[in-house]
This record gives sequence, C-alpha cells and structure tokens, in this order.
Amino acid sequence: MNFLQALGTWALNVCEQLGRASCFLFATLGRRPRFIRTFPLLIQQLYAIGVLSLLIIIVSGLFIGMVVSLQGYNTLEKFSATQQLGQLVALSVTRELGPVITALLFAGRAGSALTAEIALMKATEQLASMEMMGVDPLWRIISPRFWAGVISMPVLAAIFSAVAIYGGYLVGVKWLGLDAGAFWSNMQSTVDFHGDVINGLIKSLIFGFVITWISVYQGYDAVPTAEGIARATTRTVVYGSLAVLSLDFILTAVMLGGW
Amino acid sequence: MIPAATDNLVTLAQISFKRGDRLIFNDINITIPRGKIVGIMGPSGTGKTTLLRLIGAQLKPTAGHIHVNGQNIHQLSTKDLYLARRQMGMLFQSGGLFTGMNTFENVAFPLREHTTLPETMIRDIVLMKLEAVGLRGAVALNPSELSGGMSRRVALARAIVLDPQLIMYDEPFTGLDPIAKGVIVQLIKKLNNALGLTSILVSHDIHETCAIADLLYILADGHIIGSGTPAELLKSEHPSIKQFMQGLPDGMIPFQYPAKDYAKDLLS
Ligand SMILES: Nc1ncnc2c1ncn2[C@@H]1O[C@H](COP(=O)(O)OP(=O)(O)OP(=O)(O)O)[C@@H](O)[C@H]1O
Ligand SMILES: [Mg+2]
Repeated sequence: MNFLQALGTWALNVCEQLGRASCFLFATLGRRPRFIRTFPLLIQQLYAIGVLSLLIIIVSGLFIGMVVSLQGYNTLEKFSATQQLGQLVALSVTRELGPVITALLFAGRAGSALTAEIALMKATEQLASMEMMGVDPLWRIISPRFWAGVISMPVLAAIFSAVAIYGGYLVGVKWLGLDAGAFWSNMQSTVDFHGDVINGLIKSLIFGFVITWISVYQGYDAVPTAEGIARATTRTVVYGSLAVLSLDFILTAVMLGGW
Repeated sequence: MIPAATDNLVTLAQISFKRGDRLIFNDINITIPRGKIVGIMGPSGTGKTTLLRLIGAQLKPTAGHIHVNGQNIHQLSTKDLYLARRQMGMLFQSGGLFTGMNTFENVAFPLREHTTLPETMIRDIVLMKLEAVGLRGAVALNPSELSGGMSRRVALARAIVLDPQLIMYDEPFTGLDPIAKGVIVQLIKKLNNALGLTSILVSHDIHETCAIADLLYILADGHIIGSGTPAELLKSEHPSIKQFMQGLPDGMIPFQYPAKDYAKDLLS
C-alpha cells in the first residue's frame, strides 16, 4: 500500500513538473524577438554557450575519432577488411557518436553553467529586480539563452563529427599506414547525405532543444538557496543525459525504420 | 491628519495573503500618501518583503485589492503591468545588481531597455544618478568589487534612474556600519524631497526609520497593530506598540515562529 502511495505521489510529481516545464517553454517561445534588441543578446549567448564549448568538443572529437579508428582497424584486420575503415569511422561518428557525445558534453559544460547562472540570478534577486524594472526576464534572460543553445548544439555536433573523422584519418592513414585514397573514397561512396548526415543533424537539433529546455527550466525553477542551486545543476546534468540517451534510441528506431 | 483619498499613491484595501495554509496578512489596510516617506516596521518574518512584492504585483493577494496611482495593479494586462512598474523603483534586500555588468551598465540598464536615448544622454543621466548616491567614482567597478553598502547605493541609483513616482526600500539598513546607515538615511530623505518621490521604507531599525518617516505602520502577526507619526507611536501606551518601539523581549508580540507547546516538544 505504501509502495503504491509512493508510486502515485511520484507520478503526480512528475506530471506536475512536466506541466510546469511545458508552460514555461511555451511562455519562452511566446516571447517575440525584437530584432535590434534581441540580436546582440543572442550573439553574446552564442559566444558563452557555443564558442566557449568549442575546446572541449574539439579535443573530445579528436580522441573519439582516433579511438574508433584504432579499435575498428583491429577488428577489421581479422577479416582483412581494413579498406573499410573510413566508412566505419564516418558512419559511427555521423550517425551516433557525434550527436550523442556532443549532447552529453554539452549538458555537462553548457547546460550546467546555464542552470547555475540563472538560479544564482534568481537567488540574488536579479530576476525579481528586473521584473520590477518592467523588463521581462523570460524575454531578456531566458529566451536568448534558449535559442543560443538550440542553435549551438547542431553546429557543435557537426564540428565534433568533422574533427572525429580527421582523428580517424590520422590514426588510420598516418599512423597505421592505410592508403589515403581508399580511406576517403570508401567513405564517400557509403556515407549517404540524407540518411546519415542530415539525420545526425536532426538528432543533434532535438538534443539541443531538450537539453537547453531542461537547463533553463531547472535554473528558473530552482529553490533560491545554495543547496537549491546545487541540486538544480545536478538535475540538469542527470535529466539532460538520460533524456539524450533515451531519445537517441527512439530517434534511431524511427530513422532506421525507413524514414 | 488623514489625507484625502486622491492624495494616496498606493492603497491596500482589505488585503489577505496566504502562503500554503499560513495566513501572512489578515485583512490589512494601508494607505501611502503621495510625496511622503512611509515606514513599515515589524518583527522579522511578519511579511514586510511580501508586502512590497504584493504592491509590485509579483505576488497576488488572496483577497482584497491594491491600487497604485489609481490603477488596480492586479487587474492590469501583462503589458500594462510592465508599464506601471516603470513608475516604481524597488531596492531589494540584497541589492540585486546584475553580476555580468559593471556599475555603469547596471544603472544604465533601465534606460537602455525602455528608452532610445542617445549614448551621451544615457551617460549624463547615469553619472548624475551615481553622483546623487556618491558613487560616481565607482562607475567602472564590477558588483563583486563593491562593498555591501556600496552595492545598495548603486542599486538605489538604478532604482531611481527612470525617475519613478514610487520607490520601495526593503531593509536598506541591514548589515551597514553606522556611517553608511546615516548616509543612506540622508539619501532616502534627500531623494524623496528633491525628486518628489513617494517612498515606502521597510525596516526594523526603529531609530533610523523614525528619524525620516512621515508616517509609520507597525505590522505584527498578520495585522497592523499601530499606525501614526513616529512621535505618536513613540509615546503610545498600547502594550504591543510599546514593546516593539522599545525593543522589549516579552510582551504581546510573539518572538517565536508558531510552534507546538514547548514543554511537550522537549519531552516527546
Ligand atoms: N517562497 C516562500 N514560500 C513559502 N513561505 C514563504 C516564502 N517566502 C516567505 N515565506 C514566509 O512568509 C513569511 C514572510 O516572509 P517575508 O520575507 O515577507 O518576511 P519579512 O518581514 O520580510 O522578514 P525579514 O525582516 O526577515 O526580511 C515568512 O514567515 C516566511 O516563512
Ligand atoms: Mg524581508
């Protein structure tokens, strides 16, 4: 009985949170951009969220590409199929590793920072004073951060994939001595622009949307104390990562299902 | 003397407010006459900050209505509410300066958001307001480089930069040394007279508040237990008012947050 009760309370809580998060999302999306005023804010956030995440994305991309290449080479060698290495690296990176790992890194690097920043602004009454000045914080603070996150994520994922493929090339061709021509031409003939590249980008766009939504909502909804901010930041990373991994499965199923 | 109704910038009529099951305000009436400094005093946790947030329409009363400048502030559309708020300045307990901007940008923020003034004009206005609070020299400092008293003065400059009609101070004296306190007291008085503002001053510093307020309200336990000029209240023989004004530990106003019986609580 107690268990059922706990389950019911939990389910109600989840529903309430989802409802509040959705209302918050619609309110944010409803804030019409005023171009001259919004554009500089957006650029500023694109820098903070996108450009400052570049380093971790590039370094991780390079290593992931090199590892995939090394592992792939070892396996393909058993079947004397090392010619296919380019294809293996490119497909695993554009379809899966690029969007997913970028999203996880994005949640840890940019998402947590967003949550902490917004929650701290709430705790130090910055959001309340903005409201009292007649400036809507959803428009001034939340909306630019949200759109910057949504825009940054696919770009970061594309950069990640490109760097990872280059890492694979470094290991496969420069180090293990595969033929560069075979590496690139095999890749070119098997990677499909629509099926692989575009689908990967769609995935990363959706991940970016979900992670940024979770981040700004958790920040805005945080309990305005030190402990509340810590909890909100943790929740962003945990919920963000779980959402990415489960969505990835669903999206992959849909995409492979002939879409 | 009770001022005529039209002379009141803010009126709170039969306001009740609940947080969960706790009744914070029970049917209170407050009028803020135009051009005066009105002190709201009361023990910690009685809802003074809550009261200011009700006037700023950041919270909605459970019952009753609040008129600011003749408008029922809780029935305005979002757009009108944001317009009405430009006529109010509020100084929050912690100042609420934006951490990503320096002093200048903080004070310039409302101007940049609400006006299309040219940069030179913005600069002049900001410097004037900073001069008024004595911090023109701190124009390039970041909020993290300001002391508590300084950030409150910068926040004050920001609150008055749009020349509001009403300014609300939430405990402007807490955590300040006596000199800084004196400076802020004089500043509040000076601004009120020079700019023709109406000020609501929330505080539990009896001495400072009595020195400048024209009218005082004492809140305790969800009710207004006393109102009048500082001189009247200081002379009052009413036990609760006397207790509060003289800072006596025992009396009618409970110092404790509502709780179970003490003896039972210890023995259980
Ligand atoms: N977000 C909230 N949720 C629930 N209760 C709250 C919340 N904020 C304040 N309260 C309660 O409302 C009461 C009034 O709070 P308020 O901050 O208005 O007090 P105050 O008079 O400003 O006190 P202080 O002088 O210490 O600043 C407090 O007893 C507090 O427990
Ligand atoms: Mg307070």
